[in-house]
Amino acid sequence: MPFSSNSNFERYDSKLSPFRLAVIGSGPAGFYTAYRVLKDHPSTLVDMYESLPIPFGLVRYGVAPDHPEVKNVQHRFDEVGQDSRYTFIGNVKYGEDLTITDLKSQYDAIVFSYGASQERSLGIKNEDEPIRNIFSARAFVGWYNGLPQYRDLEPDLTCTDTAVVIGHGNVALDVGRILLTDVMELSKTDITEYALEKLGKSKIRKVIIVGRRGPLQVSFTAKELREMMNLPNTKFHTDFEFIKNELSANVDFISKNRPLKRLMQILEKGRSNTIGDKSWSLKFLRSPDEFLAHDDNDPIRPKYVRAIKFHINKLEGPPEKRVAVPTGKMEELESGLVLKSVGYKSVPIKGLPFDEKKGLVPNYKGKILDNDNNEQPGLYVAGWLKRGPQGVIATTMYDAFETAEAIVSDIKQNKPMLSFQTTKKGSDAIIPILHQRGVRTISYDDWKKIEEKENEAGRVKNKPREKFGRIEDVLFTLDTLK
Amino acid sequence: HKEITPPKEGEGVTINFVTREGDKKTIVANVGDSIMDITQAHDIDLECACEGSLACSTCHVIVEPKYYEKLDEPTDEENDMLDLAFGLTETSRLGCQIVMRKDLDGITVTIPSATRNVKLEGR
Ligand SMILES: Cc1cc2nc3c(=O)[nH]c(=O)nc-3n(C[C@H](O)[C@H](O)[C@H](O)COP(=O)(O)OP(=O)(O)OC[C@H]3O[C@@H](n4cnc5c(N)ncnc54)[C@H](O)[C@@H]3O)c2cc1C
Ligand code: FES
Repeated sequence: MPFSSNSNFERYDSKLSPFRLAVIGSGPAGFYTAYRVLKDHPSTLVDMYESLPIPFGLVRYGVAPDHPEVKNVQHRFDEVGQDSRYTFIGNVKYGEDLTITDLKSQYDAIVFSYGASQERSLGIKNEDEPIRNIFSARAFVGWYNGLPQYRDLEPDLTCTDTAVVIGHGNVALDVGRILLTDVMELSKTDITEYALEKLGKSKIRKVIIVGRRGPLQVSFTAKELREMMNLPNTKFHTDFEFIKNELSANVDFISKNRPLKRLMQILEKGRSNTIGDKSWSLKFLRSPDEFLAHDDNDPIRPKYVRAIKFHINKLEGPPEKRVAVPTGKMEELESGLVLKSVGYKSVPIKGLPFDEKKGLVPNYKGKILDNDNNEQPGLYVAGWLKRGPQGVIATTMYDAFETAEAIVSDIKQNKPMLSFQTTKKGSDAIIPILHQRGVRTISYDDWKKIEEKENEAGRVKNKPREKFGRIEDVLFTLDTLK
Repeated sequence: HKEITPPKEGEGVTINFVTREGDKKTIVANVGDSIMDITQAHDIDLECACEGSLACSTCHVIVEPKYYEKLDEPTDEENDMLDLAFGLTETSRLGCQIVMRKDLDGITVTIPSATRNVKLEGR
C-alpha cells in the first residue's frame, strides 16, 4: 500500500477546477504525454517548461538533418502547442530558474521529461586532457543541428582524411553518414549554414566506426545500416571472416531475433558497389585505451589528436551476454578527428529520486517511486529520463502514453496529488515569479514567430529552414519584432 | 493529410478496427485509401508520426491472418521500421502502407496498445 488512508495529500476534485499539470522538457516525451492527457482528461491545463527558448528537444537537435521525414512528428506537437489549454514557457531551466517548491503549490501534478542532457564518458586515461579535435557525438550532432551550446565547437575537418567514431549505435552511424555525405545533398536539408560551410571544405574521406564487441552486439538498426551501405562513392570495409564466424556460431540465437537476423543479413551482404574515393569501415573488438596527440610545440597541429590506442578484445560468454575481454594485444589507429559516441546520460535534479546506476528516475509505469518504492503523489516521469537514453521516437511515444494513462487513471481513482492548495494558478502564478527572478520567458507565439523567421531564411537558400544558432539572436529577433 | 470522400453506394469496402481501448469499429472506406487515411478521417487513434514516409513505426497494426496473406510482401524499408515496432507479431504491418483493395473487404486490424495485453518488446 503506497499511502496510508489518512494521507494528508490533496485529492483532486475535477468538478471544482481544472487539473493543473506541469511538464518539464519539451521533447517527444513531454509533448506526447501532454497530448494524451489533454485528450483523455479534457479539463486539464498543461504548462510546459523548457530550458531552451525553442521546443521539440532531440527531434530538432538530435535527429539527423537528412532525415526530414522523422521530423514530421513536429506537426502533432504543434497541434498541442496551439491548443488553448496548453502553455509553453521556454528559456526556463528547471533546477536553476525554477524548483519543485515553486511548482508544488501551483500544480496538481508534474511530469518530468527533461531527457538525457549529458554524454557518457569512455573512462579512459587521458580523456579529460585538452587534446584537440576529439568531441562527443552529442556535441558534434548539436553543432551541425544548431544546438546553441555547441555553436562554437569549431571541429577541424581539414587537418586529416580519417575520422574515428567510437561506438556502434545509430548516433555513430548518423555522424559517420554526415561526414561522408555529399554537401550538395546536405545543402537541401535544415543543417546549419556554418556546419555546411565547414563540411564543404572537409578533407575527411575515411570514417572508421569502432566497437568493443562483435557484430551481434551492435545497437544500430537496419535503416541506418542500409543507408551507410548505399552511400554513393563510398566503399565499405570490415572483417567479413570474423562476421561469418560469429554468425555461424550463433545461428540459433540469431534465428529467434527477427531484427537481429535482418540486420545481420544487411551486414553480411556488405555493399555490392565497391568503387569510390571515400570509405567507411566497421571495426570490432576494440576498446580505446588512450588518445595520442601531437606535441604541444608541433609546428602545424599542436595538441591535436593523432591516433588512438586500442585494446584488442576477444568475446566470451553466451550470445545474449557476450563480454569483451582484453587479449593483452594493442593496436594504434591513426586519426585526426575522433567522435565519441557511447551514449547519452540523464542528470539528477534536486528534489527528485534518481537511480545513479541505471541513470533514470525510478518509477512504476511512469509514476515516480522513492527509494523505498513508495509512489510519489503527483510526480511522474516520461521518455529517456524514465527508461534510460535509448529507443526511437516511437518507443518514447509509447512510454509517454503509458505515463499519461497512469496520470488519468490516478485522477479517476482520486489518488492524492501534489499539494493542499485549492486555488492553483499554474503558470499564471509562476511566470510573474520567473520575471521577478530576471528570467526572460518565451511563449509558443514567440516560437511561432521565430519559426517563421527560420522558414523565411530557409526559403532563400532552398532549404526547409535556417535555424538560429544562438539564444541571443533568438531573443534579439523577438525584441526587434515587438 | 488526404481528405477522404465517403464511398458511393455499393462501392465501398469494409474495414474493422479493434481500437486501442479494445472497442470494435466498422468503417466503409474507398478502394485506394490507406489505413492511415482511414484512421485519420474517422478519428481512430492511430498515431502516424512521420505521416506515411516509412520513418517511424507508430502506425503499426496487427492484421488478421486470413487477410495478412493477401497483402503484398512488405518492402525492406517497411520491415526495417517494423523491426522497431512495439509488440511486433507475425502479422504486423505498417498502417500507412496498407492500401484498401476490393479483396480486402471485411479485413480486421488491431491497433496495439502499450497497456493492453500486448507484450512490449521495445529496444
Ligand atoms: C543524435 C540522435 C538522433 C536520433 N535520431 C532519431 C531518429 O532518426 N528517429 C527516431 O525515431 N529517434 C531518433 N532519436 C531518438 C529520439 O530523439 C528520442 O527517442 C527522443 O527524443 C527522446 O525524447 P525525450 O523527450 O525523452 O528527450 P529529449 O528529446 O531530449 O527532450 C528533452 C527536453 O528537455 C529539455 N530540458 C533538459 N533539461 C531541462 C531542464 N533542466 N529544464 C527544462 N527543460 C530541460 C531539453 O532541452 C529537451 O528539449 C535520436 C536521438 C539522438 C540522440
Ligand atoms: S506513419 Fe510513420 S511509418 Fe507509417
